[in-house]
Amino acid sequence: MADENTQQPQAPAASEGGAPRPQGGRPPRSGPGGGPGGPRGERKYFRRKKVCKFCTEKIDAIDYKDYRLLGQFVAESGRIVPRRLSGVCTPHQRRLSRAIKQARNIALLPFASASRP
Amino acid sequence: MFIVRPDLADEDVDKVVSTIETQVTSAGGAVKNIERMGKRRLAYLVRNFADGLYILLTIEGPGSAISEVERRLRVTEPVIKFITVRVDEEQKRLGKVKAFRDAHRRGQGTHAQAAAEGAQTAEPPTEQAPAQA
Repeated sequence: MADENTQQPQAPAASEGGAPRPQGGRPPRSGPGGGPGGPRGERKYFRRKKVCKFCTEKIDAIDYKDYRLLGQFVAESGRIVPRRLSGVCTPHQRRLSRAIKQARNIALLPFASASRP
Repeated sequence: MFIVRPDLADEDVDKVVSTIETQVTSAGGAVKNIERMGKRRLAYLVRNFADGLYILLTIEGPGSAISEVERRLRVTEPVIKFITVRVDEEQKRLGKVKAFRDAHRRGQGTHAQAAAEGAQTAEPPTEQAPAQA
């Protein structure tokens, strides 16, 4: 018994190479790697596995006049939803952002509505 | 696209639109399309109006004509807001994308291609901003 106890701490130390690791009790949380880092701020929008809506539906032209489509990417406060929450790819997010700003200028979308507390 | 005050009578609105049209043609441009999008509630108060009549004008012409039209819109009293969006580059890009897609689609089934082409060619001439694919 004494021998086993003294041998045990040595073996793990050798294999880890000095990096401390709590033993057991940590559930493997591997989850979808790129998922948004936890609920924070406005999480009204889709937390799918980062699928760009425009790419999948093959929508080429993001029109400023199409306020219903644009409204899906705008939060309640009127702010544009960040890419990490909406899952839109970069070129589409840029065009979307531009279209939303154009729509705001022509009063199709608000600049700011219900303000954040 | 511009917004006209909502308390104007129909014929006044027509007068405004035709005035703009004549200004476009006199400045050397061509009006491709006029679309009246009807009365809509504005997202915020513009000159103390809560609604407005939206009108979309698709114009083709040199830059000087466009800026002249903008200048006139600014001083026209019934017009409360306007925005000019340039679409020629976007149309070019869309045309390229569509051509690319059609070339690809040609390899697979002609039925789908014919239906898609029928839908796509109807859209571009009627909109100022690029059409949805």
